[in-house]
Amino acid sequence: MRTDDNATQSITKVIAASSLGTLIEWYDFYIFGSLAVIIGHQLFPSDAGASALINTLAIFAAGFIVRPFGALVFGRLGDLIGRKYTFLLTLVLMGGSTFLIGLIPSYSSIGYAAPILVLILRLVQGLALGGEYGGAATYVAEHAPEGKRGFFTSWIQTTATLGLFLSLGVIVGTKNILGADVFADWGWRIPFLLSILLVGVSIYIRMKMHESPVFSKLKSEGKISANPLKESFQKKANFKMVLLALFGATMGQGVIWYTGQFYAQSFLENTCKLDFNESRYILLWAILFATPFFVVFGSWSDKVGRKWIMLTGMLLGIIFYRPIYQYFIDATNVGEFQKTELLSVSAPVVTREFLQEKGDSVVTSTVVKTLKDGSTFKEVKVETIHTDPTLAAVEPKISFADVTLPSSTYWTIIALVFFQVLLVTMVYGPIAAFLVELFPTQIRYTSMSLPYHIGNGVFGGLVPFIATLVASFQGSTPLSGLWYPIGIASLSFIIGAVYINNKGDRDVND
Amino acid sequence: MNALKRLLGIVWIVLGPVIILFLVMQAIEKIAAAAEGIARTNTTLQWSIIIIIFIPICAGLMIFGYYGLKGEYDRLPQSSEEL
Repeated sequence: MRTDDNATQSITKVIAASSLGTLIEWYDFYIFGSLAVIIGHQLFPSDAGASALINTLAIFAAGFIVRPFGALVFGRLGDLIGRKYTFLLTLVLMGGSTFLIGLIPSYSSIGYAAPILVLILRLVQGLALGGEYGGAATYVAEHAPEGKRGFFTSWIQTTATLGLFLSLGVIVGTKNILGADVFADWGWRIPFLLSILLVGVSIYIRMKMHESPVFSKLKSEGKISANPLKESFQKKANFKMVLLALFGATMGQGVIWYTGQFYAQSFLENTCKLDFNESRYILLWAILFATPFFVVFGSWSDKVGRKWIMLTGMLLGIIFYRPIYQYFIDATNVGEFQKTELLSVSAPVVTREFLQEKGDSVVTSTVVKTLKDGSTFKEVKVETIHTDPTLAAVEPKISFADVTLPSSTYWTIIALVFFQVLLVTMVYGPIAAFLVELFPTQIRYTSMSLPYHIGNGVFGGLVPFIATLVASFQGSTPLSGLWYPIGIASLSFIIGAVYINNKGDRDVND
Repeated sequence: MNALKRLLGIVWIVLGPVIILFLVMQAIEKIAAAAEGIARTNTTLQWSIIIIIFIPICAGLMIFGYYGLKGEYDRLPQSSEEL
């Protein structure tokens, strides 16, 4: 089945080379998101207007729309010219565009050309990511022996999480070395520029790899698809499997992934008012503990089947999301904190802003309170002072921010975020093997990439936006936003449970 | 199970247009509620993108339902030869 050359290439090298490249692509994709605020200040004009539109497009369009297009473009290429050269190309495009983002002059130097260039490069990043994953998963799966495909492809599945981890690590490290001011001025470019080194190493490794043995065999037999797009989506027998993969698996998997790895942190920071670093450290600990489980569940799916592991992950999310997030709200309730004995209060920092009308002023007083259990929070009191004594005094507004938690609560929240990331590993660990096995070799790259990127890029990528939007509706509660991932996961669970087989066709050589 | 697959097919066929209708109604409400100027333009842009993305997905859900109703998923292919 394999050529002699390919036989000598160990599967470990195949996994390492594929995973490294995919990890770097995820790193490149995430640093833009993590540095969006700084990029906004440097490359976009300070006034709102056209820049806000371009900013929206840059973050929105590339993140949510372009990935499925990348899946189509590069999936087609992968089925026509081969897996190796296609995902080599996506790596070059991703690395090149990331490097160039780091070189773009600021808005003050080149005006609107800066945000427009960012938008173009961000679109290229989205396209490249859309083409990368399907190639890497297909490539590894086509090297893997039957019965170990879930185990081997699960290493590819760890890369998205590790890419997030790496991007946060490089950003935090660079910022700590250079200092916050230098980092905001030019230091933010370093994580982008660093990408070219990482990509260079990865390209060198990938250049030494051989083509997938299954694809090589197909090519030598002259059985390559003449038109993968047409065969994938115009041939009913295959198109119905694309739809099944999307609605019965990747759609639910996408929302479980984005809820656990992104919405949880965003909720803790923005709704629960946790300190910036604290919310990120919670996520980093949870990811660190949970990442090995991608391999555990991928491997387990080789023995018990892919379907029920993925669907159990969705079901547990459907059942436990609301109680978990309710706990987040209760455990970070500063009103309850204040029942604990106060240890110290910092000296107030007072600012006064004079209003133009009538000489009134707004006084903001901020103190940091430390409680005996180790928790701290910032209390901000805003009071309007009227110069006209006949006007009634307005009750001051008190809000809280930068909450840090007592140790026991902190670790309980890490455990609950870990549980959510564990669900991510359940739905995501086996999915590459599941998708690869669903489609024939001739059109595998194209057919599996599209449902994957619609499920993750569109359904998953929209979790933070739609959940925040729903939570802002009149009459909603902070937990209302969870109805989006719960609803999508429920729909996917029902479709998957009713329509998908637990153990499908395991032969990827056909 | 096959009867259930076919019955649920009707649900997916109906669900597609219902979702689109819901999104359009939400878009109209939220765009009207947004402040004049760039905020409204941005809200319009965001909702337009959402609706443009979800129209083909909902069409896909309807086709999926149609296939389910017609019994296309009664038996899934056991090998790639059947695709």
